[in-house]
Amino acid sequence: MKSIKTWILVGFASLLLVACGQGGGGAGSKKSKTLDNTKKAGFVKCGVSQGLPGFSNADASGNWSGIDVDVCRAVAAAVLGDADKVKYTPLSAAERFTALTSGEIDVLARNTTWTLSRDADIGLTFVGVNFYDGQGFMVRKNSGINSVNDFKDGISACTNTGTTTELNMRDFFNSKNIKYEPIAFEKADEVVQAYDAGRCDTYTTDKSGLAAQRTKLSAPDDHKVLPETISKEPLGPVVRQGDSVWEDIVRWSLNTMIEAEEYGVNSSNASSLKESDNPAIKRLVGAEGELGAAFGLDNDWSLRIIEQVGNYGESYKKHIADTGILPNRGPNELWTKGGILYVPPAR
Amino acid sequence: MNLKKINIENKKIRDLIPQVLTVLALISVIFYFATNAQINMGNRGISFGFGFLSQEASFDIAFSLIEFDGSYSYGRAFLVGLLNTILVSVIGIFLATILGVIVGVARLSDNYLIAKTAEWYVEIFRNIPLILQIFFWYFAALRALPSPENAINFYDISYLTIKGWYIPKFVWINFDIFCYSLILAFASIFFLNRYAKKQREEFGKLLPTFTLSLAILILIPLFSFLLLGVSLSFNYPELKQLSETSYTYENGVSIIPELIALALALSMYTATFIAENVRAGVMGVSKGQKEAAASIGLNKGQILKLVVMPQALRIIIPPTTNQYLNLTKNSSLAAAIAYPDMVLVFAKTALMQTGRAIEIISITMLTYLSLSISISIFMNWYNKKMAIKEK
Repeated sequence: MKSIKTWILVGFASLLLVACGQGGGGAGSKKSKTLDNTKKAGFVKCGVSQGLPGFSNADASGNWSGIDVDVCRAVAAAVLGDADKVKYTPLSAAERFTALTSGEIDVLARNTTWTLSRDADIGLTFVGVNFYDGQGFMVRKNSGINSVNDFKDGISACTNTGTTTELNMRDFFNSKNIKYEPIAFEKADEVVQAYDAGRCDTYTTDKSGLAAQRTKLSAPDDHKVLPETISKEPLGPVVRQGDSVWEDIVRWSLNTMIEAEEYGVNSSNASSLKESDNPAIKRLVGAEGELGAAFGLDNDWSLRIIEQVGNYGESYKKHIADTGILPNRGPNELWTKGGILYVPPAR
Repeated sequence: MNLKKINIENKKIRDLIPQVLTVLALISVIFYFATNAQINMGNRGISFGFGFLSQEASFDIAFSLIEFDGSYSYGRAFLVGLLNTILVSVIGIFLATILGVIVGVARLSDNYLIAKTAEWYVEIFRNIPLILQIFFWYFAALRALPSPENAINFYDISYLTIKGWYIPKFVWINFDIFCYSLILAFASIFFLNRYAKKQREEFGKLLPTFTLSLAILILIPLFSFLLLGVSLSFNYPELKQLSETSYTYENGVSIIPELIALALALSMYTATFIAENVRAGVMGVSKGQKEAAASIGLNKGQILKLVVMPQALRIIIPPTTNQYLNLTKNSSLAAAIAYPDMVLVFAKTALMQTGRAIEIISITMLTYLSLSISISIFMNWYNKKMAIKEK
């Protein structure tokens, strides 16, 4: 009954909220209704996951942390001057887009894959990528499976419903001509439980997710992630379509974190770099140019992001590397260091 | 209607006005929401329409009664989900009814142990939230099942494992002829019963209807096997190694554990309510009825069948209809344990993949409404049939 109720509620909520016309100005307008509403409310309405270590996860006292959470914190620091002024709404994969289009949240930072149909068809706009991921498979070590080429007809695969994972899984098994049994759960915790119980032979999701969820298994060391990556999963924050100013604020909040790392600006040295000789650094810490004015913010917006949230490298280290999820940055390293993190210049 | 009668002092019209106003208000509220939603969706660049139903679904479903894979449309996926919902509801209603009647009668038993066991069963299972029972059956009971290579073996025909219950696959030749023979058998039984009733009412002759019906049901299909070329063979499930440590069964039919857990939980839960209805029904028949029946020489079985049950059913049917409706709607909890019912396949997966919340939720709500109304209509018909016919 609970489930039907939730869905009826979501249905009605979307009707009502859409009807009430919260947030979002007309396309192309210079004024941002979302920005005004956020300032009025005093907090950023941020949609996160129901608990994915490293990305968005709440501790015992309800404090959220993770690299997705840091995007929302950056927006709050830029817009409201305080990174803690964020209201987090945990959402299931299936709820997330409705919550955003209906105005229940204004930023969706929930390990969401950027795809054409999501971007173009359902009233959403992806503003960037804060984690380059790819889908992988986890199996039991003693199974003797060392590669996806060892999969045989009849294999059962557990995953989350309503994700690109579910679609990639089909593409993959079809291309290999393997018959498989897809078992798709609504919540990640139930996928873990079912895989742990032996209901399925493999667990498939984004590799970062596999690394994070493995810690929840009864014997994490008995499992391993196969080397192959079967899909591109660029994960990034999403906003509602139609408010281009708000879109720019979220995009450049993320870009600022990445660019800060590129120029070696971090939370501890940011304010002292106001006197730097490098104009790019001076622009980042608000000592040169009038960049904030472009979205109706003051000039210290980017300095606050760096001081209060840190640069991308700090965020990655704190939430992903030091927690043991993915110590190696792989593609999520700066372009200058062999990765693919590359953002347009802030000038 | 005479025009002069339309005035406020006419009671009929006075009574009608508030009703008409309420309906009008309701329509305008719905219209207001619909238009607003449309305008705002337009502003956000969200299109509205049902065209997505014919697009390729591109996700697979583990368990389906009709052929399905990702190359079929969202519409087809909806149908798969609907059929799975109906399947688990029918199984659930069937098991719940049998179990409910047994437990209900057991509670009235003179045997202390039987009556107490039934009472405890009812009190325990109706007081634990259904979702917890579903999790119990799925995660706790399922975990206790062995992996395929150590399956619980039923005479090498069927295997119960953590990955599901593997049963033989039926391979038919000339299945359509077999179907016709079944239809013929049922038709014959129907006419036999009518004939027997006539014989009983006109001449007072009692025919052994049950034995005859059973004979027809066995003999006619048997003829189709012997004379008309129908044959049936079985593909037995065979153990297959997937990797060094994992196995599965192939060639048979797999009944997924999600279905087993959901059907068990739904029927065990709903049976408690049906049991109470049955108990109420039987207790609602006055003692005098039974004594009167005994006094005209009916035996115990006849008293139950001819006197008690027809009267008890009138009390049992209406609340049991509610339970059938509840069971059907409760089956939507399936999503929690990945049974691909309508909610999981359509209102969650398809909604997620297409983002069409309003369209999909509306379709799902309407479908549940139609399902429930169908059950109501059927049960009301059955109730009328069982009601006292005053002559």
